[in-house]
Amino acid sequence: MSLKLGVPSKGRLMEKTFDWFAKGGITLGRSGSDREYAGYVQGIDNVELVLLSAGEIPRELAAGRIHLGVTGTDLVREKLGQWEHRVKELAELGFGQADLVLAVPACWVDVGTLDDLDAAAAAFRLRHGFRMRIATKYHRLVRDFLRENGVADYQLMDSQGATEGTVKNETAEAIADITSTGDTLRANHLKILDDGLMLKSQATLFKSRVAPMEAEDRRALETLKAKFGLD
Amino acid sequence: MPKRAAIRAEAERLRHLFEAAGAVPVETSVLQPAEVLLDLYGEDIRARAYVTSDALRGEQMLRPDFTVPVVQMHMEHGAEPARYTYSGAVFRRQEDDAARSNEYTQVGFEIFERAAPEASDAEVFALFYDILRPLGLRAATGDIGILMAAVDGLQTTDRRKAALRRHIWRPRRFRALIDRFSGRAPVPEARKALLAAGDPMANAGAMIGLRGPDEIAARIRALREDQAAAPISGAEVDLIDAILAVRETSLNALERLRDIAVDMPAILPAVDRLAARLDAMEARGIDVKTLDFEASYGRTQMEYYDGFVFGFSAEGRPDLPLVASGGRYDALTRQLGRGREIPAVGGVIRPDLVLGLEGAQ
Repeated sequence: MSLKLGVPSKGRLMEKTFDWFAKGGITLGRSGSDREYAGYVQGIDNVELVLLSAGEIPRELAAGRIHLGVTGTDLVREKLGQWEHRVKELAELGFGQADLVLAVPACWVDVGTLDDLDAAAAAFRLRHGFRMRIATKYHRLVRDFLRENGVADYQLMDSQGATEGTVKNETAEAIADITSTGDTLRANHLKILDDGLMLKSQATLFKSRVAPMEAEDRRALETLKAKFGLD
Repeated sequence: MPKRAAIRAEAERLRHLFEAAGAVPVETSVLQPAEVLLDLYGEDIRARAYVTSDALRGEQMLRPDFTVPVVQMHMEHGAEPARYTYSGAVFRRQEDDAARSNEYTQVGFEIFERAAPEASDAEVFALFYDILRPLGLRAATGDIGILMAAVDGLQTTDRRKAALRRHIWRPRRFRALIDRFSGRAPVPEARKALLAAGDPMANAGAMIGLRGPDEIAARIRALREDQAAAPISGAEVDLIDAILAVRETSLNALERLRDIAVDMPAILPAVDRLAARLDAMEARGIDVKTLDFEASYGRTQMEYYDGFVFGFSAEGRPDLPLVASGGRYDALTRQLGRGREIPAVGGVIRPDLVLGLEGAQ
């Protein structure tokens, strides 16, 4: 057995993750052609690189099929119930920052807070005969947030991409999505509610609390943690 | 954890007790159309119920309780008055507590009866009380109708009352609304600027989405009217707080509420109903002098109850859910009745918890 480390399989997240590990003297890389999802690890023994979609890493950690994984806090909290019992945050990696926010059309001059949104949702339902639609892929996080804040008369519409466009296309009235600069929201005539920040997320190294470990895996984990000064 | 066969036998025993009390046994489908439940409870129900779907019927839910399908069944072809009993599995997601069951048996008893609602309340409660007596549980009671009457009786605009009524079951939002309507919470700067603006839409930018300019204008009008309306008085806020704080044995609670009603006569009919219910309970052998009453009981858990509410819990076992619970849900029959309604009250017992507690004794 070896210590399995799950890393996003493509794009900037993968490259930045490789850079972060390089600072601790661990070289991660993809082997073979660009199309082949196999990787290598240098600078530490008994660690195996597993390249995965960032969205699948929470599930693999919770199932114990990988010991360590790099993914966003947003994905872990959305996908894992009682996430603290199933994974442990080892280190925030300082990139991939994104805020999960609730945004409405900028032309809604009467809606600036959750309080306004709730009142507008009640009026909308009376007028249109259905609950105000909020497009998102973060169903659990958004529902928990709105319940805690006492917002009613809404419904969540699943949107796995191009979520900012759903309002203009009239398939939703508001959206909940991650944003880093807010540029895409503004370009789509949307604004963030004053109290609409649900979660600040960034790329984070997680450890599975359930993956079985042998003595050599534990040693590899201790070595890795020592290289980055983690406890 | 008792075995399934034992739970089934206990469920049968309880159902027979309800049948002996005059109830007709009924059954409902496990799969319920999701739309009905979503319209009633909103999106929150998805956090508590399992949703499944097929390409033809769309979304369906594994029944999270029996009350909704039993009400629908009664509203479609029930004779009046009616008493029903049922037993079967219900399904609840438990994403925050793995120790709680996500599938368990409920045995229920429901009364649909126009005459003497307080007598029906007492009948249901006394039946449950007698059945559960050997377990030595703590009985808690409440009455959401008193808070609702207080809201309806406030000296303020209908729009504010409607907003408060809509959030009766969400204490935090209810409190925020009270604070705003009474002037205790400051008006946000952005709201002040919006209402002061000559043309609020001047910098609105591109109009997008289904919610049109007329709807935005209507809300701004409503906000301006609200700004012009007098705040809810501090005295009235204190009375609402006094009602929410009532937590005594029933006869003392009744006295306390009568005191409050002197300054807030709007709650008198609801307080009289509480008195009539206590009389009816006493006539059925309940010791109302020691029975607990909390005016805010069931405000966070029991969303469709709009009058009498009750729950039985095992003392010293905060880890256990309620062993039995129930209440009055007249408004639910109105929402599901498509223009018809009938006063209704009922409750459920969990046979698995009854067995577990019997085993522990």
